[in-house]
Amino acid sequence: MNIKFRQETFRHDFTARNSPENIKRFPFPFHEDKYMYSVNMEPHVPAGPKGYAFENMIDMDEHYVAEMQDRALVLKEDPLRCQALPHMMQAQWDTLELLMEHQAAGYPDHFSLTKNGDQWHWINRPMNIDQKFTFGDASTLPYEPMEYITRQSQGDFCIVDQRDGQLWMDAGMVTTQADWSLDFDIGMNFMEWHGPVPLAHQLGVFDRALKFLLNLQQGKPVRRLNWTMTINPRLDTSPENYPKWGQDRLTVTPENVGNKVHLRCELQSLWRLPRSNAILFVIRCYLIKMEELVTVPKWARRFHRVLRDLPPELVDYKGLTRFRPMTVEWLSKFDDGAPTSSGIFPD
Amino acid sequence: MLVKGIKSRPVYTGLGIDTNAKRHIFAIEGEGVDALLDQVRAVGDDFLVHSEFLCVGPVAQLQALKPDDLWSAPTIPILLYRLRAMLQNAKMGLRLYVSGTEGFIGQVMQVAIECGIDFNSIRTEHRGSEARRVQCVHCKGITDDVKTQPVICTHCGLSLLVRDHYSRRIAAFQGVCIDAEEPGTAPAPELMFP
Repeated sequence: MNIKFRQETFRHDFTARNSPENIKRFPFPFHEDKYMYSVNMEPHVPAGPKGYAFENMIDMDEHYVAEMQDRALVLKEDPLRCQALPHMMQAQWDTLELLMEHQAAGYPDHFSLTKNGDQWHWINRPMNIDQKFTFGDASTLPYEPMEYITRQSQGDFCIVDQRDGQLWMDAGMVTTQADWSLDFDIGMNFMEWHGPVPLAHQLGVFDRALKFLLNLQQGKPVRRLNWTMTINPRLDTSPENYPKWGQDRLTVTPENVGNKVHLRCELQSLWRLPRSNAILFVIRCYLIKMEELVTVPKWARRFHRVLRDLPPELVDYKGLTRFRPMTVEWLSKFDDGAPTSSGIFPD
Repeated sequence: MLVKGIKSRPVYTGLGIDTNAKRHIFAIEGEGVDALLDQVRAVGDDFLVHSEFLCVGPVAQLQALKPDDLWSAPTIPILLYRLRAMLQNAKMGLRLYVSGTEGFIGQVMQVAIECGIDFNSIRTEHRGSEARRVQCVHCKGITDDVKTQPVICTHCGLSLLVRDHYSRRIAAFQGVCIDAEEPGTAPAPELMFP
């Protein structure tokens, strides 16, 4: 499959948008007409129509090159977005191997990986990279292994160490996040880094999720979908840069809702790593404009109902307060009250 | 909005003397001395001959306890410098106790963790002011002794909402710009952490 990569921006003039084909593969996060937190994990196996975001387990799309350029800009401004504690080197190599193997297998037109013992040869054609290196020897790469490969992979990546019956956020590359800080959270355990999330602790969601993940098996990755909303197609909605993007929330008007307001979906996948026994936590961000979303009638009806009936705590936590009423009003034009089919895929 | 009950917020469960320890190291700041006196009243003074006090603040009550060693630092950074040197040569059987303000406890724990002590094993008790140590998530600067909500970052000048979200690694609560969406609308600081 040969992907045609878009030339576009996720900042300043915000030229990023989805082609009609890319809209159809958007991982829509609502399987019913309402939303509440749950341990919504399922096996990370191929699913959905041909070409859907669940076809390859490390997904790549038309935004790849532009997203990698945006990541490089973020890192230039703020190197602390990529950090790894010293004991995570083996898990870094695990991560490099997993991402190279899946990208090469899923997109052979764009990537190739050749191994001869510990002598590896990696070719990334979209980014014009041809790298020979020694697996296990960080001095043969221009960056540490996690940074090297995650500068070439869509999505944020956290490597979570497992010890004392807990999971610890001990490494990460985080430049497309929904308002959380790797620099602040690195070294925290599962309960601590989820500390600010409302309601879910009381529902027992994190206790159950932790128990589940501690038993995650190699070769059996799992996934879940999470979501929020973002004004403009901006990938870097970090707390660090909140003074730069917070004001966007006041720029929404009834006329520009369709273009400005985006549903932001995170396809989160979790992988047990073979050597380190750590877990790779992939948080892949997809943005879709309201005017793109409503081209799928089922999604238009459903998202209208979800957003209209969202619990107030979630409205506040997800930062939707200022533009939700206008967006619900705009979406209501696309909801004729007809029933929707269950599941996330378009009809 | 300050969300209460965030799980990363530290809990200080009290000094609780470990009678099995071979060596007791106490880091005490100001009113933290009262937590130690409470322990002496509760379990007796046998542990004092194996104890070493590092303190900031009034020293008379600590001297009266006649520990094996007592060292008084003029400021917290000096105490931390000495503590780090001690812990780098520490042996098995050492137990670390910390009492004082949250900012002090956090900084002592930060040094101890960096020296390889499991944070769960450190006995802590909060005494004195509720003032907080806050990191600005934007410029990364740390402001000590924060008593108000919001607080002006002493480094970049932004008005920060002090959250309950806490990092042991940084030994600080998180501060996030309170008027990022509408600059200039920050409320006046009010005493929140006296």
